[in-house]
Amino acid sequence: MPIITYRQALNDTLGEELARDPNVLLMGEEIGVFQGSYRITEGLLQEFGPKRVVDTPIAEEGFVGVAIGAAMLGLRPVVEIMTINFILVAIDQVVNHASKIHYMFGGQVRVPLVIRTPSGGTGQLAATHSQSFENWFAYCPGLKVVAPATPYDARGLLRAAVRDDDPVIFIESLALYDTRGDVPDDDDYVVPIGVAEVKRRGEDVTVVAYSRMTAIALQVAQRLENEGISVEVVDLRSLRPLDRPTIIESVKKTGRAVVIAEDWYSYGVTAEIAATIQEQAFDYLDAPVLRVAGLEVPLPYAKELSAVSKPNANSLIYAIHQVLAGSSRGAPWAK
Amino acid sequence: MVKVKEAAPSGLEHENVEDLKHYYYQMLLIRRFEERTSEMYVKAKIGGYCHLNLGEEATIVGLMAALKPEDYIYTNYREHGYIIARGVPPGPVMAELFGKETGVARGRGGSMHLFSREHNFMGGYAIVGGQVPLAVGAAYALRYQGKPGVVVAQMGDGTTNIGAFYESLNLAKLWRCPVLFFIINNGYGMGTSVEMGSSEPDLWKKGASFRVHGERIDGTDVLAVRDAVRRLRERAESEGEPAILDVVSFRFRGHSVIDADRYRDPEKVRAGREHHDPVRNFATLLLDHEIVDEAWLNVTAERVEREVQQAIDFANASPDPRFEDLYENMYATPVPNTPGREDALRAVRINRGEW
Repeated sequence: MPIITYRQALNDTLGEELARDPNVLLMGEEIGVFQGSYRITEGLLQEFGPKRVVDTPIAEEGFVGVAIGAAMLGLRPVVEIMTINFILVAIDQVVNHASKIHYMFGGQVRVPLVIRTPSGGTGQLAATHSQSFENWFAYCPGLKVVAPATPYDARGLLRAAVRDDDPVIFIESLALYDTRGDVPDDDDYVVPIGVAEVKRRGEDVTVVAYSRMTAIALQVAQRLENEGISVEVVDLRSLRPLDRPTIIESVKKTGRAVVIAEDWYSYGVTAEIAATIQEQAFDYLDAPVLRVAGLEVPLPYAKELSAVSKPNANSLIYAIHQVLAGSSRGAPWAK
Repeated sequence: MVKVKEAAPSGLEHENVEDLKHYYYQMLLIRRFEERTSEMYVKAKIGGYCHLNLGEEATIVGLMAALKPEDYIYTNYREHGYIIARGVPPGPVMAELFGKETGVARGRGGSMHLFSREHNFMGGYAIVGGQVPLAVGAAYALRYQGKPGVVVAQMGDGTTNIGAFYESLNLAKLWRCPVLFFIINNGYGMGTSVEMGSSEPDLWKKGASFRVHGERIDGTDVLAVRDAVRRLRERAESEGEPAILDVVSFRFRGHSVIDADRYRDPEKVRAGREHHDPVRNFATLLLDHEIVDEAWLNVTAERVEREVQQAIDFANASPDPRFEDLYENMYATPVPNTPGREDALRAVRINRGEW
């Protein structure tokens, strides 16, 4: 199997979907002439032309709304939002419109729309360009939210998203774009939306993660193996629908769980997962569930301050040791 | 009410008599539908928010008379009359207001969220301005697919102060989308007058920065509305030129059924209803031109009365949506780990205290 980057997996898949279905079109800021802020759409304007690859003005509410309206009439727009921070000016269209239209109008019309956007923060992008808002959308019935961690899943989930008849929020990560992995190039596989995957088998503790945090969890699991700690990594892949059975099955086996996500600690994705484990696997737990998440500040710019405000391998290893020790002191970042 | 130029009654010599009679019938149907809706609201048959088209009948009927079957309509939440004038029978519309399974959105939408795919009536939307980019998107899709037709984005005067409106104007012009921005200018966004809310009260001018043509129209004159929409519709379709129609009408009542309308001078409201009643004025016009007589008006009134009563009877007799269907249509493409009928029934039993 060829080894390619996460970026290449997305770029290839967008090209294939454009070629497969004439109703698929890409929309977004700087995706065409500029070749994409993060080069995800590189070369596609040249290959498919301006009808299929549409450069938009800086008007997220407007063009997300246009994409929804176009989807209602049968087009299948794939919208790029440069980073998830900018989706906030379009949130009315996503939450009040895209997510409601199929259900609220009695199932008469579909909204086959994908919104791709990188979430989270690395590289000193500071407070307004480093946020994680996937939980805002995962909160909303009617949306589907996926967050692949590997090139393989990025390709399979993007295929699923483009071919799905519902609005799908497709969460990417700047820090994952250059990561590499095996991706078959002759197989039209699809990764199903709403299904998690155990990315690594283990016995002692379950780590639940998604997107960039899955990559960190897999590295940590590898490191801890040398210390004789066997870590099972559950990669959520989808945040809505959430594959609760896979999480619960893993925790029932290991009896211990750490949940890690890049968003802020309070009210974040980790809270939902921890609550699920508490409700559905209470009798199986040998220790309280610990959550690892972002420290609750507007992310500072200064390099070291910025780096220590996001969850990382250190915080995950700390939490795993706490859980293995049966600590009930709770997460130190909970205040 | 914003001043519009006093127009003499249109010359009717070129009009089709049956069309004129049909316009009157539709206007009266909307009038009586809305008056009876108000009654049903007071009787608690209808819940939530409920906004009436009283005073807007000529605007609605004029618009629909100019549109073609291939056109699409997106409206705001004051839309009962629009869906009826588009051809949806009053029964399923009233049933939707009653929250019944036979309603146009199967009881999931209610008064503010009417919909009929069959009639290209693409929804009432209750977030001010939300429908405007959607309508541009629908027009974008028509252009993309090379299909005929135009899209109407209906909205109130207050909507012209929200950002989505301006982004939509820009995108519509930039991408040559066949869309008509159809502004119901009744002088008030809830209780805020146009002058209080808009630094440019001539709403038809608001497309100027986007090179979008705009016109003001007397919304109490069904023929004036129809003719303006026809003309601008044609241009939108053939040239991809969007346009603004600033359609002036008089809102007979408060913003919604439960609004006591304290912010308007009662004398002016009385005078407005007196002078700007599009239904009565059109009846007078038809009588003056001897197109109809009193007997026809009476027969039409009886017919409308009967049809609205039948709509109410239909709504009353219709079944409620079933509890087990709560999660139906949550997603168009089924995916794992989503709740179904059994989950709905279990949760509903508990929430109803039946465990």
